[in-house]
Amino acid sequence: MNLEEYKGVFVFAQQVDNKVSGIALELIGEGKRLAEKLATEVTAVLVGSDVKGLADELAAYGADKVIVVDDPELKEYRTEPYAHALASVINQYKPEILLVGATAIGRDLGPRVSARVHTGLTADCTSLEIGDFPINPIPGKEQKHNQLLMTRPAFGGNTIATIACPDFRPQMATVRPGVMQKLEKKEGAKAVVEEFNPGFTPDNKYVEIVEVVKNLTDTVDIMDAKILVSGGRGVGSPENFKILDDLAEAIGGTVSCSRAVVDAGWKNKDLQVGQTGKTVRPNVYFAIGISGAIQHLAGMEESDIIIAVNKDETAPIFDVADYGIVGDLNKIVPMLTEQIKAAVANK
Amino acid sequence: MKVVVCVKQVPDTKGGVKFNPDGTLDRAAMLTIMNPDDKAGLEAALRLKDQYGAEVTVVTMGLPKAEEVLREAMAMGADKGILVTDRVLGGADTWATSQTLAGAIRNLDYDLIITGRQAIDGDTAQVGPQISEHLGIPVISYAQKIQIEGDSVVVERQYDDRYHVLKAKMPCLITALAELNEPRYMTPGGIFDAYKAEITTWGRADLKDVEDSNLGLKGSPTQIARASDKVRKGKGEKVALDPSESVEYIMNKLKEKHVI
Amino acid sequence: MDFTLSKEHEMARTLFREFAEKEVKPLAIEVDETEEFPKATVEKMTKAGFMGIPIPKEYGGQGCDVLTYAMCVEELAKVCGTTAVIVSAHTSLCCDPILTYGTEEQKQKYLPDLASGKKIGAFGLTEPGAGTDAQGQQTKAVLEGDEWVLNGSKIFITNGKEADVYVIFAITGMIEKRGRMTKEISAFIVEKGTPGFSFGTKEKKMGIRGSSTYELIFTDCRIPKDNMLGQQGKGFGIAMHTLDGGRIGIAAQALGIGEGALDRTIAYVQERKQFGRAIGAFQNTQFQLADMATKAQAAQFMVYKAACTKDQYTKDHKTSYNVEAAMAKLYAAEMAMEVTTKAVQLHGGYGYTREYEVERMMRDAKITEIYEGTSEVQRMVISANLLK
Repeated sequence: MNLEEYKGVFVFAQQVDNKVSGIALELIGEGKRLAEKLATEVTAVLVGSDVKGLADELAAYGADKVIVVDDPELKEYRTEPYAHALASVINQYKPEILLVGATAIGRDLGPRVSARVHTGLTADCTSLEIGDFPINPIPGKEQKHNQLLMTRPAFGGNTIATIACPDFRPQMATVRPGVMQKLEKKEGAKAVVEEFNPGFTPDNKYVEIVEVVKNLTDTVDIMDAKILVSGGRGVGSPENFKILDDLAEAIGGTVSCSRAVVDAGWKNKDLQVGQTGKTVRPNVYFAIGISGAIQHLAGMEESDIIIAVNKDETAPIFDVADYGIVGDLNKIVPMLTEQIKAAVANK
Repeated sequence: MKVVVCVKQVPDTKGGVKFNPDGTLDRAAMLTIMNPDDKAGLEAALRLKDQYGAEVTVVTMGLPKAEEVLREAMAMGADKGILVTDRVLGGADTWATSQTLAGAIRNLDYDLIITGRQAIDGDTAQVGPQISEHLGIPVISYAQKIQIEGDSVVVERQYDDRYHVLKAKMPCLITALAELNEPRYMTPGGIFDAYKAEITTWGRADLKDVEDSNLGLKGSPTQIARASDKVRKGKGEKVALDPSESVEYIMNKLKEKHVI
Repeated sequence: MDFTLSKEHEMARTLFREFAEKEVKPLAIEVDETEEFPKATVEKMTKAGFMGIPIPKEYGGQGCDVLTYAMCVEELAKVCGTTAVIVSAHTSLCCDPILTYGTEEQKQKYLPDLASGKKIGAFGLTEPGAGTDAQGQQTKAVLEGDEWVLNGSKIFITNGKEADVYVIFAITGMIEKRGRMTKEISAFIVEKGTPGFSFGTKEKKMGIRGSSTYELIFTDCRIPKDNMLGQQGKGFGIAMHTLDGGRIGIAAQALGIGEGALDRTIAYVQERKQFGRAIGAFQNTQFQLADMATKAQAAQFMVYKAACTKDQYTKDHKTSYNVEAAMAKLYAAEMAMEVTTKAVQLHGGYGYTREYEVERMMRDAKITEIYEGTSEVQRMVISANLLK
């Protein structure tokens, strides 16, 4: 493998049902930033059937070039034809970096492709940088420059590791949706579009899709929710929980509550967080109008980020909150919801 | 029918992380467990044993201590346990790990290989699909339901907003989600029997069709540039501002932490 | 003398602990509140093989030792006293005597269902007029042709209405012993549903409230001749020997209750703040915890030793374990009472509420000083051995 031959930042432009996934646009945005540091271009790899038309959208969000692999075998995602498509693109075009979304598709496709072309893959990266490896020079060891440094959580999220892939190409990384930023859309921007079809012959690795079943929206168990908007007696009334419902909807979270709320009959017990309720560990826990009695803390203090809003500055919830806001929830929460809606809409 | 299940012994990173007095992660306090996704895969295999009389062989790669997880699997009902352990295999990334496991599995007869989707220490979800690539067999990841139809498997494969019902001819590899099933408990008698049984131990020399250049730390394309453990968070910030300033404060924090 | 547990025993403990935490703990408050027998839990324990741990495999059991069984009861008791005694009474008081004294036909007939948990077992010795004075039995069994006819009643029977197989004691005659007429007591196996076998009142209890504690009533209850367990007239000895083993189970239950209360208290005193610091920082609290932990540890050693001595007995019937069992039960029960009482106190006001569970543990602990031989009876056994 002659590393010098490998140039360019490639992004797997995931599409489902011939709609470009948000992650693809985010990765193009990030890919552009990395490509600029390497004085090269960002190329989107579009794989599917009858997908040529999507190339313009990819260009509008920053792709300099789009490689289209279009074939009837690629209509619905299946590991094998997609792995063959992407591996063939790699062998043909030799990119130095390939970014893939860490979705249920990408986390299956990425490893299969990286094994096929014999290179390293780093999963679920939270940030990417161009830098040196080793980071600090080590006597006797070659320090390589312009390496992709991939940072990711490991050990159940308790460790942050930065990974490099110095001796193999492409340097592959998967990135979760929502981590990177897509660029401002430039209507009418054009990219160089190239079609490439390596040929698809079904073999033993092809599986048959018997049925496609789309999910109906289910009610989320509070223990599975990544974001919880939790209300306490301070919310004041069952009707006023509406402002929490609105916040939850805006931010993609789920409503939960304290025991006082359940005892008052405002909410069902399966939404209760605490000693006699459920123990939750979401990424974000909003404690709205919750005093933070010891029984409640026992159920949520392991949350990654705790944001508390309470008008009583001595409330014990502030002892565990990462960000404590002393104030009137009735003024703060609706305003917050509006701002979040605006931010999400701008994406 | 022969089923091979790959399991990993992992620190219980989800079961209550403890910190040292100085706020650093207390790794020694972490108990080791069978990786949850793998346990679900093992349960799926044991149900195939219950239903079709399948023979279940469990394979693990790790330090000698990893034998415990094989005993646990056998106490749940697995028929055979194989420990792949060797100094030269240490420090492996997912490429080298999958090469090692593929090399071990090549010695076995199998219709189906089941691995967990991902381990709770590495969290990569790469080894299963990579093993299937090395062995040249189809892979179905994210299995939420597994059934057998003659010489094929029929699997519900989970995606973010849907699932596919896929059919593949055996031999093939399936990666299991913890949601796939409710694993059975070991039985007390099963535990004592498991410790009486023979565990096969393989080293590098027993791996089939694998080159040295693909094993261990030296055979790993990805290398660690830097790693640091989480430190327990101390007390947070508290602000008393007017409502619109409060909202701005929260928005900034949410953006900073990539929540929105 | 190796005080380390084998790998197998450690793994068994992990199994019992995981099961207790996941399946039993979440229901403990409800079981206590509703006084409902936890049927679903018993089904799960059946699947996991917990209902016949020391019964040999040839009779459908797990084929493990008494120590493993004691550890199971201990781990269950840490989270729920009721669930622990269901297993203990079933295993030690019904499975064990049938295994020890049954004919091959009786063992084949009853043990597989019992050891697998498909059927639950119980033991009926106590009567309204016969508690510590077990010889005060009044229930009679009269042989009529090919059947024994039972008349009488038993009270305070654990697993009462939920059991399917009962080991019942009754007077089968009067015999002369050392110049005096004494009651000849024999043991019988009685199945639920036998005509003439009915249930009386359900006891409303201070603790182990989910345990089904019932009066058993026998009115001309006819059972086959073959259902006598062991030799005629040997019933009292069978009862006493069975209770020796049962004491190990109850000692394990008491041990677990005490340990469970201690664990909760250790966690609580580190979280609860008064006067600006955790109450665990006060030396008064620390010293009490030290005492509680020391006594719990001592009790554990005694329970495990009694269990291991019974295992020795299985290999060599010349070994006796009744004193070890009595000491273990005496000590563990009094430890449990003391530790749970202190646990409530150290929890302060919260300790008095049902939500914090230590008050339930205190209520559960009390019975361990009473059933299967009161602490007074244990003292009689121990001193009799010293002064023989």
